[in-house]
Amino acid sequence: MSLSINEVEHVAELARIKLADEEKRKFSINLSEIIDYVAELEKAPTENILEINQISGLENIARVDNIAASLSVEKVLQNVPDKEGSFFKVKKVFE
Amino acid sequence: MHQLTLKQAAEKLKNGVITSQDLTKQYLARIKKLNPKINAYITVLEKEAMEAAEESDERRENNQVLSEIDGIPIAVKDNLAMEGTKTTAASKMLENFIASYDATVISKLKKAGAVIIGKTNMDEFAMGSSTETSYFGPTKNPWDLTRVPGGTSGGSAAAVAADMCIAALGSDTGGSIRQPASFCGIAGLKPTYGMVSRYGLFAMASSLDQIGPMTKTAEDAEILFNIIAGYDEKDATSTKYEERRKKKEIKDIKIGIPKEYFAEGLDSNVKKVIEDSIDILKKQGTEIKEISLPNSKYALSCYYIIMPVEVASNLARYDGIKYGYSSKNAETLIETYFHSRSEGFGTEAKRRIMLGTYTSSAGYIDQYYNKAQKVRALIKKDFDHAFSEIDFIIGPVSPTPAFKLGEKTSDPLTMYLSDIYTIAVNLAGLPAISVPCGLSDHLPISLQIIGPAFSDYQMLNLAKTFEGARNELPRASIS
Repeated sequence: MSLSINEVEHVAELARIKLADEEKRKFSINLSEIIDYVAELEKAPTENILEINQISGLENIARVDNIAASLSVEKVLQNVPDKEGSFFKVKKVFE
Repeated sequence: MHQLTLKQAAEKLKNGVITSQDLTKQYLARIKKLNPKINAYITVLEKEAMEAAEESDERRENNQVLSEIDGIPIAVKDNLAMEGTKTTAASKMLENFIASYDATVISKLKKAGAVIIGKTNMDEFAMGSSTETSYFGPTKNPWDLTRVPGGTSGGSAAAVAADMCIAALGSDTGGSIRQPASFCGIAGLKPTYGMVSRYGLFAMASSLDQIGPMTKTAEDAEILFNIIAGYDEKDATSTKYEERRKKKEIKDIKIGIPKEYFAEGLDSNVKKVIEDSIDILKKQGTEIKEISLPNSKYALSCYYIIMPVEVASNLARYDGIKYGYSSKNAETLIETYFHSRSEGFGTEAKRRIMLGTYTSSAGYIDQYYNKAQKVRALIKKDFDHAFSEIDFIIGPVSPTPAFKLGEKTSDPLTMYLSDIYTIAVNLAGLPAISVPCGLSDHLPISLQIIGPAFSDYQMLNLAKTFEGARNELPRASIS
């Protein structure tokens, strides 16, 4: 198995996803199958080929730093799970 | 009345044969009747649509028509932010999310006077090829309710095919406009990367996503494309397009047929229909030439490394803090992240996030992600080389017609393989259009035209020529 259950646990931890034991087992099988398939890229002739990071060839696109109207506080908070006044409310950051 | 193309409906509105309110009422009635069977819509915007229709009729009375699509009922995929409406990306994560702004394409539709009639169903976060991963249940294919409409823009495709709207917008990252268009017997255009602003499209894979029209005809696709295309400074990957190539006469057009696209894996009925269609174009005067895209065998692997990495990055924002699903079972901050994401995301979303996390992690990134970025360059080179000799490429959209619901859901890789002909196009950032060309066992088949970057309009011309030359095709008969 290319991706052991331990590795699945590690990846899920990095991705901030909690998995049940049965899920870990299933993902180990699925992900291994996919990783085995995509390993065929090893054979692709990429010596002296540069990576493509941006298909349109655009670089360093920025806007002028002008202050303009943005979202109102009401709009920003309209979907928030928990708030207090005009603040996002979250669990404590430091234990 | 409901089997109108956009062009025909626009004519009727112009000639006063019908009002936008009557038209909209008819489509709303048809949605009410058919949506329980087809499940094309997540949200129907009845009130907003009737208001927009009324405003359109008023404008028309005062000679202030905004565009050719003023008053036309159009559906949009539910990953497009529309202010004040639920925009869910078909996920539990955004089940009750109300967008606070309009996507650029939505603003453009509104400025053109379109009547946005509803938000359509899709695979969750645009991940899938059948609309079966939607949190709101699958959409059914109007041609055969036991079959998938394709994905991820399955809701939009089904809505157009079943006359539950006149036209729709979809999004395409690896074939998600073209394949459902093909499965539902309608036209679907994926523009050149950068031609249509992605601002307000809930990002799946930022270097691959594009929004495009899904319509009954290529002519309709061009009308809608005209409205939504254009440079947008809010999208840093948006390009300024200038007409670079003169329009060619049909007899001066050279078409390339990639031998790799007609090899094993292609259903023999589909192959026959596509070959007959190529003959039709040959009779119109085009020159047909066999070409090779030697690295196309790597396209699927390349895509399934690059796309999940971008997905993992784009979906990191869903953490239960600012918006979206937030778990009530969390006692600490870190639990908020873990539980919200575990409870809010579906299986396919989790699978791709983990795949992308793995292939971009330390120790693996060089072997997988960096390598895939180089293979992407190879795939682009193949196309560039081909287009130095021919004008357009033609091939199948999908190896088979629409498959049955549940047929490919047990093995992810089987599902991924259904995108084999569409994926390379997104990797290379090229335009491609899916055009219906025949039937196989009463199910629609489409051919795919691929063009060089920024040849969108010329490609639409070729598609229109083909539509004019081929026999008329039946429509989905659902009532």
